[in-house]
Amino acid sequence: MQNKQMQSKLKSLFSSTENFRELGLFFFIVLISLIIQMRNQTFLTLSNINTLLINGSILSILAVGMMMVLLTRGIDLSIGSTIAFSGMVSALTVSAYPSIHPLVSLLEGTLIGLGIGLIIGILVSRFNVLPIIASLGMMNVVRGMTFVVSGGRWVSAYQMSDGFKKIATGTFLGVNNLIVIAVVIYIAFYYFINHTRTGRQIYAVGSNPDAAEISGIPKKRIICLVYVLMGALAGLAGVLWVARYASAQGDTAVGYELNVIAATVLGGISLSGGSGKVSGLALGAILFAILNNALPLINVSPFWQQAIQGLVILTAVVVNVIVKRRNEYTALVRRNI
Amino acid sequence: MTERTIRTERPWSWKRFFFQWEWLLVIIFILIHVVNSTLSPYYLNINTFIRTPQSFLDKAFIVLPMTFVILLGNIDVSVGSTVALSSVIMAVAYNAGLPMPLAIVLCLAVSTACGLFNGILMVKYKELSAAIITISTMTIYRGFAYVILEDQASGGFPEWFSFLGWGNIAGFPVMLIVFTVCAFLFWILLHKTTFGRSLYGMGNSMNACRYSGIRTDRVILIVSLLTGLMAGFTALFLTSRMGSTRPNVAQGYELEVIAMVVLGGVSTSGGKGRIIGPILAVFIVGFLSYGLGLVNISAQVLLIIIGALLIVSVTVLNVRIRKRKKKIPA
Repeated sequence: MQNKQMQSKLKSLFSSTENFRELGLFFFIVLISLIIQMRNQTFLTLSNINTLLINGSILSILAVGMMMVLLTRGIDLSIGSTIAFSGMVSALTVSAYPSIHPLVSLLEGTLIGLGIGLIIGILVSRFNVLPIIASLGMMNVVRGMTFVVSGGRWVSAYQMSDGFKKIATGTFLGVNNLIVIAVVIYIAFYYFINHTRTGRQIYAVGSNPDAAEISGIPKKRIICLVYVLMGALAGLAGVLWVARYASAQGDTAVGYELNVIAATVLGGISLSGGSGKVSGLALGAILFAILNNALPLINVSPFWQQAIQGLVILTAVVVNVIVKRRNEYTALVRRNI
Repeated sequence: MTERTIRTERPWSWKRFFFQWEWLLVIIFILIHVVNSTLSPYYLNINTFIRTPQSFLDKAFIVLPMTFVILLGNIDVSVGSTVALSSVIMAVAYNAGLPMPLAIVLCLAVSTACGLFNGILMVKYKELSAAIITISTMTIYRGFAYVILEDQASGGFPEWFSFLGWGNIAGFPVMLIVFTVCAFLFWILLHKTTFGRSLYGMGNSMNACRYSGIRTDRVILIVSLLTGLMAGFTALFLTSRMGSTRPNVAQGYELEVIAMVVLGGVSTSGGKGRIIGPILAVFIVGFLSYGLGLVNISAQVLLIIIGALLIVSVTVLNVRIRKRKKKIPA
């Protein structure tokens, strides 16, 4: 009798630590918003929230791709360069052929990113190159190519057609296009990762690669697919980025991969693979967007930004480990009884 | 109490002697010199070989411990940021009135502490990969460098400090001499001591080593400490050459260093490779970029070449290893 009571008590504790992350993140977001609001009244205004969401949408689109990569125990450092390259190439195309349809630009950028992702995917899945090395190498190759195709010059706002800039400034039902695109991607991704066979296989490959392979999951193809999707999303984000800031430069989005990784680990995606939820990811991306938006508002020097970012990543991954250890410990205790 | 030991070396054979990765590097090294000397008539003289290394040897100091790191199957991408942070702190401390010798000691202390911090995190949170730990510390160290110096440069070092980067002893650059000594010490450490053997063991199987009584945590800590210390050396020589420092110095050094180690035939899955390979690779990459500079190829193209070099050499090495045994990737 007493045993059973204890068991259920422990069980509820266990499941609460499982859900603790999303709830905790949510309350943390509310709390931090209130604190920032007290320091600066302009934070919780409709226009600032709109800016925050627009800026956060590119980050959250990329976070989707990074989540899949991290789920398979990989990492992709090349996305900052992919953004710059696809943005640069699509901007150059638009400046050469101004009559081109914006959708064609989006497609062009996505395909470029897809190609870069495919190279990394093949290197990682077929040649067993460590993800960090493959993507580090590609990061530099692609960054160099960005400088080479542009000849070191910028593509500025006046060289872009209005239709191209409309990608980021236009609205759909009163909501900015970028936010709409991000929401659509999240809905599609939620369905993909939770309700399709391939989506579940990504989790399986991440949580135990050997078991996945033995049970007939095409492990190599899944790993390759993850990097292809990441690349395609980064390529898409590149076009959105250039349209949003109306300028394509050789050093666009240098180091942006770290923002994305920070947002992803904040969302509770485990770096050892196989665990993480879409809801957590969305909250993590929003929290990171809030941090980025609010730091200048409460007069934090921009030079602190990088250090804070690093501390956020480190804290998030260490907390992830501690939570996981406690979960495992609780599971062990439960088994003993 | 038997005296019998297990032979670690296989019997010597001609075939194996010539089918070594290092010979390939030697051939590439000679080829680069042949190409370079056709590019410029002034290339081939003894001065080129003695003076040119000064321009690329600064990062070579990190290559030595990075070889250890990669032999363990780990990776460290925070070295560039460590260089920046220790160099910035040295400059700021000197300008705040600290005597230069003490500032140099401070520089080495800071970089060693950075390395040690990585090591402590790795030992304490074994679930985390070295990649993510060093990615976050890379951001943190670089971030602190920006916090300290913002967007300014700091310098004005005493005259004698430039001796490290520019000076000569008996006709040889100081940097070359110090590097030769360091390389020799690392060679002894890796190939002639128990510590070195345990690196190979741990690269092949961390658990087997732990169970057989090797203090794996201590080895990881020592390697991280060495990485930090050598990053400090790089910071010293780099700052001495440039005469001043900014928070964005040594950007991308981690890529070049890792590329050199991998080109040197050290397998990223751990446990395979010798120190001589990366040392040769340092000179290959160095003279290659010097030669490209002779024909006015831009730094961006060099970026492409080094990135591609990294990818190609890892791929070739992996194919070579896979031919020997079928491996399950992690």
